[in-house]
Amino acid sequence: MIETENLTRKFGELTAVDNLTFKVNQGEIFGFLGPNGAGKTTTVRMLCCLISKTSGTARIGDYEIGQPEDALKIRKIIGLVPDNVGLYESLTAYENLDYYGTLYRLTDSQKKEGIEYFLKLLGLWAKRNVLAGAFSKGMKQKLAIARALIHDPEIIFMDEPTANLDPESAKTVREFILELKKEKKTIFLNTHNLYEAQRVCDRIGILNTKLMAVGTPQELERSVHGRKTVIQLRRVNEAILDSLKKLQVKNIVQEGNQLIVDIENPQEENPDLINAIVAAGGRIETVTVTSSSLEDAYLKLVKENTL
Amino acid sequence: MTTWMPWKIARKELRVISRKRSIIFYTVGLPLLIAIAFSIVIKNQIANGIPTTLSIGAESIIYIFVILATVLPSTIAAYSIVGEKVEKTLEPLLATPTTDGEILLGKSIASFIPPILSTWIGASIFMVATDYMLYNGGLGYYYFPNWNAGVMLLLLAPLAAILSIEIAVIASSRVNDVRGANQIAGLMFIPFVVVFFAGAEEIFAFSIGNLLIFSGIVLIADVVLFFLSKSTFKREEILTKWK
Repeated sequence: MIETENLTRKFGELTAVDNLTFKVNQGEIFGFLGPNGAGKTTTVRMLCCLISKTSGTARIGDYEIGQPEDALKIRKIIGLVPDNVGLYESLTAYENLDYYGTLYRLTDSQKKEGIEYFLKLLGLWAKRNVLAGAFSKGMKQKLAIARALIHDPEIIFMDEPTANLDPESAKTVREFILELKKEKKTIFLNTHNLYEAQRVCDRIGILNTKLMAVGTPQELERSVHGRKTVIQLRRVNEAILDSLKKLQVKNIVQEGNQLIVDIENPQEENPDLINAIVAAGGRIETVTVTSSSLEDAYLKLVKENTL
Repeated sequence: MTTWMPWKIARKELRVISRKRSIIFYTVGLPLLIAIAFSIVIKNQIANGIPTTLSIGAESIIYIFVILATVLPSTIAAYSIVGEKVEKTLEPLLATPTTDGEILLGKSIASFIPPILSTWIGASIFMVATDYMLYNGGLGYYYFPNWNAGVMLLLLAPLAAILSIEIAVIASSRVNDVRGANQIAGLMFIPFVVVFFAGAEEIFAFSIGNLLIFSGIVLIADVVLFFLSKSTFKREEILTKWK
């Protein structure tokens, strides 16, 4: 659905987006995770044909960005929720959506039907005749989402859709994004909220001008370091350490009477590990399995790129 | 039947403008105020008979409405463009399948219609009042409408309004508040004021020939600035280079 190859954008000497190559499949929620200034918004703007690329290629469906004849066609099949909601505050919720329906060339009946559907879905129907300027941040964000969906786009770009929202509104928006997935919409989500990325995205790309890694949240977590088994013993001695070395485990760190062992597959390897310790005379107090988080992966990759 | 997209954009702009009291007051109130004030001036002038300089005075006042047509549209155009920039509404708008030309034209239509209509209404009130007073004051015929007023109001004023909008569009790319854009665009009323004083001092006669030449100059400026404003109003420029 979205495919880029070496997509690059420079502003003078500054490279905002450097050789991005990735693919987003139809019906997938793809998250771009990165710090401020990582190039997330620039990438979305290029993909929405709002700004040009410096080099590389990108395709949205059957159309290619950078081709003037394709720009309008691309904009017809996409919806954009920008980082600033950008609603007409002196127009009502209904008028805002009606105007955008007009810009997307919808018929009057399509507009009427779509506006009613989305405003009811997002719980704004009762407020349809209230000026958007009088809405709370959460309501404005919902209205901006409705605006991006009014023409039933195939692909929806969302740039920090829950930034500045209270936890309850953010949860509503995240749940709505997951609802959209059920309708087989392709969603491209820019965020720097790790929880959000983990919660809603099928795959995540970690961006810091360059694309550092792409994968499912689980794949990214594992990419930092595998899982660890933390064993708290009454006392650690040489016999226990020797017995573990014989198991050919990757890495063992001793911290007092605690052993931290790198493990690929805890279900398979932990019984052998425990048997070996017990056989060596060790007395186990607790066994805990820990794994690296998406946050670890993110921080490691961004840090590596910054150095 | 589908309506022409720029007109649909203009309709929304007009709806937004209609809810801004300050803009309505300025756009509608100023021409009316000028019409009433100068009608009173004419009334006082003819209290002791019709002056010999009637044509200079009356046509200078009609020309003031031309000056109004250079000032009023820039306010709406600046609000319509810089206002969107300030309220961050441009990005979602630019992400729709509308062309830059459609958006620019829609905003220009919305900036053109209310000021030019209110200018014409104000000038009409002034002309009717003046005719009434002059006819009853002994002139014996209706002074207005005349060809000079026709050229000024139907040709020069619209061309001046277009110029004002184009300058507001260009100014919008350089500033980040409505007042700033309006102030820059407002500077273009200076040459029109210079002509006014030249007319009042009888250096420039508001004759048909002179008015047509002046209109021709404004038309050329309109064409040149059309291309300049069109090149300024591009998605890429707006999102990456506008302040």
